[in-house]
Amino acid sequence: MKDFRYIDGAAILRLDRETCIGCGICVTVCPHRIFRLETKKAAIVDPDGCMECGACATNCPVGAIYVNPDDGCGCAALIINRWLSRLTGKSVSDCNC
Amino acid sequence: MPYVGGFIATAAGPVPLVSTTLSWRDRLGAIGARSGWFRSNYKVIPGLYGVGRPGPEAPVLVTANYKLSFDALRRELAGIDAWILVVDTRGINVWCAAGKKTFSTDEVAYQVKSTRLAEIVRHRDLILPQLAAVGVAAARLHQACGFNGTFGPIRAEDLPAYLDRKRQADEAMRTVTFRAGERAVLIPVEICLLWKPFLAATIILVLISGIGPDIYSLSAAGVRGMRAITASLLAVLAGAVLTPLLLPWIPGRQFWLKGALIGAATGLAALPATTRAADLPAASALVLWTTCVASYLAMNFTGSTPYTSLSGVGLEMRRGLVFQLGGAALALGLWLWSAFA
Repeated sequence: MKDFRYIDGAAILRLDRETCIGCGICVTVCPHRIFRLETKKAAIVDPDGCMECGACATNCPVGAIYVNPDDGCGCAALIINRWLSRLTGKSVSDCNC
Repeated sequence: MPYVGGFIATAAGPVPLVSTTLSWRDRLGAIGARSGWFRSNYKVIPGLYGVGRPGPEAPVLVTANYKLSFDALRRELAGIDAWILVVDTRGINVWCAAGKKTFSTDEVAYQVKSTRLAEIVRHRDLILPQLAAVGVAAARLHQACGFNGTFGPIRAEDLPAYLDRKRQADEAMRTVTFRAGERAVLIPVEICLLWKPFLAATIILVLISGIGPDIYSLSAAGVRGMRAITASLLAVLAGAVLTPLLLPWIPGRQFWLKGALIGAATGLAALPATTRAADLPAASALVLWTTCVASYLAMNFTGSTPYTSLSGVGLEMRRGLVFQLGGAALALGLWLWSAFA
């Protein structure tokens, strides 16, 4: 998504090019088109475009991609609930998303 | 079910056929879901459905059992013979359900088996929405149920072209968008989910607005309370309506900042109307309140956008919350003080 950019350097996304077999499924599934196949292996061409949805990691057949594993929609309400639950020791109540 | 218009006989028994045009009931339902009225309980029964006159060679399209997802899919299938496999995502849309892992490899495999799909179609291909890839590992599907998963386009509206082009999706079909219309439909639910905190804030604001030189004045609670409520309404307008609509044009990338900017601008623009007797402390308190509440509401909108990472939201919240809590406390202090000034 070129017309919407979020905070640079924030997303946690790692690709292990040694392990990558160049199948290209990450290129297919990424909704922000941040992967490309270069010299028969995947490459991250736009790391700041990543929103940590995790589609690439879920589909990578050799586990070469690591994405921030905290799932959730990323709304403030959920994060506040998580912070509060860490303080109180209670389980996380879900957000409305 | 009102959206079922007959049945088609198959080797695995009758399968319900659904229309590709939405009825007034479907449209009313969309309004109800979009406004948050019954958004969390708007479901389709999971299983297999058909559109047109699907045969053993017809493609199988997989979707979530949120009724809006199901409707968005079927209304694009006019003139197409296809099967629709609805998986049980607890009434949540495709992308969010995949994120919550209810739209998963195992769930798709389960529905393939429980509908006896292998007896109904001759091919072994499932077309999955691209956004389901968060929860479904296509390569594992074959082992789990004997069917191969292929990721189709993101939007159902691109399915006819995708099917026409021998199942090739171009870059545009594979890229998520956040156009003005897509942002606008999110506004009603943002507002409707606010009524509880808004009511609580209203009660507190009216109560503290009565505090003044006469210890407590009911008329001040009414007059000043109305101004404080107006400032809160302006914050909702700025944070939950204007910020989503104007998103690409508001400076900054962090949402708390975008919301604060729009909140301050809205508060200032409305100031001549909200405080006729413009004493500086009261006016500053109202503008600051609008700014901070709008900042929070805009920050919460990150959960509805298709491009904000959870790491990024956590990062901006550390700054945003300090600004919002500090600013709101200052605004309330100024508001109390202004009654005496």
